Amino acid sequence: MDAVLNAITSLNEGFLFNLQLFGITLLLAIPLGLVIALGSMSKFLPLKWLTKTFVWIIRGTPLMLQLFVVLYGPGILFDIPMSNRFLAAEVAFVINYACYFSEIYRGGIESIPKGQYEAGAVLGMTRTQVFFKVVLLQVVKRITPAMGNEVITLTKDTSLARVIGVTEIIMSAERFTKQGLIWPLFSTGLYFLVMNGILTVLLSRIEKKMDYFKA
Amino acid sequence: MAVLEVKGIKKNFDELQVLKGIDFSLEKGEALALIGASGSGKTTLLRCLNFLETPTRGQIYVNEKLIYDASNPSMLSEREIRRNRLHFGLVFQSFNLFPQYTALQNLTLAKELLARETPEYKKNRKDVLDQIKTEGEALLASVGLSDKLDFYPHQLSGGQQQRVAIARALMLQPDILCFDEPTSALDPELTGEVLRVIRGLAEKRTTMVIVTHEMKFARDVSDQVLFMDKGVVVERGTPADVFEHPQEERTKQFLERYFEE
Ligand SMILES: Nc1ncnc2c1ncn2[C@@H]1O[C@H](COP(=O)(O)OP(=O)(O)OP(=O)(O)O)[C@@H](O)[C@H]1O
Ligand SMILES: [Mg+2]
Repeated sequence: MDAVLNAITSLNEGFLFNLQLFGITLLLAIPLGLVIALGSMSKFLPLKWLTKTFVWIIRGTPLMLQLFVVLYGPGILFDIPMSNRFLAAEVAFVINYACYFSEIYRGGIESIPKGQYEAGAVLGMTRTQVFFKVVLLQVVKRITPAMGNEVITLTKDTSLARVIGVTEIIMSAERFTKQGLIWPLFSTGLYFLVMNGILTVLLSRIEKKMDYFKA
Repeated sequence: MAVLEVKGIKKNFDELQVLKGIDFSLEKGEALALIGASGSGKTTLLRCLNFLETPTRGQIYVNEKLIYDASNPSMLSEREIRRNRLHFGLVFQSFNLFPQYTALQNLTLAKELLARETPEYKKNRKDVLDQIKTEGEALLASVGLSDKLDFYPHQLSGGQQQRVAIARALMLQPDILCFDEPTSALDPELTGEVLRVIRGLAEKRTTMVIVTHEMKFARDVSDQVLFMDKGVVVERGTPADVFEHPQEERTKQFLERYFEE
């Protein structure tokens, strides 16, 4: 009985890391993604190409590799070793997800017909007013399904942090395998299933909330 | 007194010269019909009046005040443009209603945002908003949509959407209301209701510039007709002059082709 309790406590502690990584990544990558999206749509070409190249690199390489780069990079390049593994994971995740989000935002913003901006402008609205009062909600509606997919992917991706030694849930469970206990490893799946079940319900509520109009 | 005077408007898109010096003026209460073949520059001219394009050359006067001069870049600040474009209203071919707002909110949104900049708003916020709402309701009623105030655009037919769009443009009481082929995106059986609304505006002496391919409508409703071809005004006059006794060969050809169809 103690062994069971012990394993469950260990899994819970591990999953807390997954949850933290998930939460902080969403919190930071959602706004950072907008900044990157604006950069990649900038009329100032050097900024635009710099941003686009950066996004291309991040989206074109494995997140697992990026985790290593963030962990070892600062030590090799600037002689300031990254001592906090969780922080390294956090940085890699935020950058990676912000780049994915930025592409979704860009697609959403560019998909809004020019006529919406023009109609607002002709009615004397400022650019800011047009963006916030006219365009934004339409963009949000259009990107919610794609963002939902990314969010679900993120829950599972958090496990990747183990490659740089963050003891997230799967790493915690693996210790028990070495002691001949296999069920903890398999039951980690339940954690993710429950979490994604909740997220799916939440996301479909958000989509429903915007069902009253078509865009 | 001329409400609108346009002098020597030219517009280039890179190498392509789309408007080659357009002049015309419009008296208060007059309706001007702008006709011409596809690609002759009619939309571009309306967009220049509404500052969706910046004319390469020329001047625009409203109520005899110079509001745009291509040789004076200080007239191009966003503030100036925003203020000056309120002299004009524009009804688009494709309506461009805001989908997340009801018909009534489509009318009131811009007016509320403008009201926020006034001192009354800070004092009597509620009265100001009520007033705007009442105006919006009255305008929707005037285009026959008093039963659709709380409908969203996707719940309305094309003809109804365009009537909302006309009411929305009227809401800011522009000096000159512009229409860019207001019925071209509509099924034939829905054009009548929109044309009736515009006809009603003409009867109330609303100053208008109407780009249209509906020649019969243009003839009935306008006081002045401009025929454009390849970026120039080829012929102008009363509807009787232009439609019954065109002087220019190009006008004759255009009208012949049109009435053959
Ligand atoms: N933003 C733009 N960039 C480049 N060329 C443009 C642009 N807008 C319009 N043009 C060109 O300007 C010319 C005139 O176009 P415009 O839309 O004003 O014609 P129109 O008279 O409204 O035609 P239609 O009856 O088909 O609506 C066309 O040759 C068009 O291709
Ligand atoms: Mg046109």
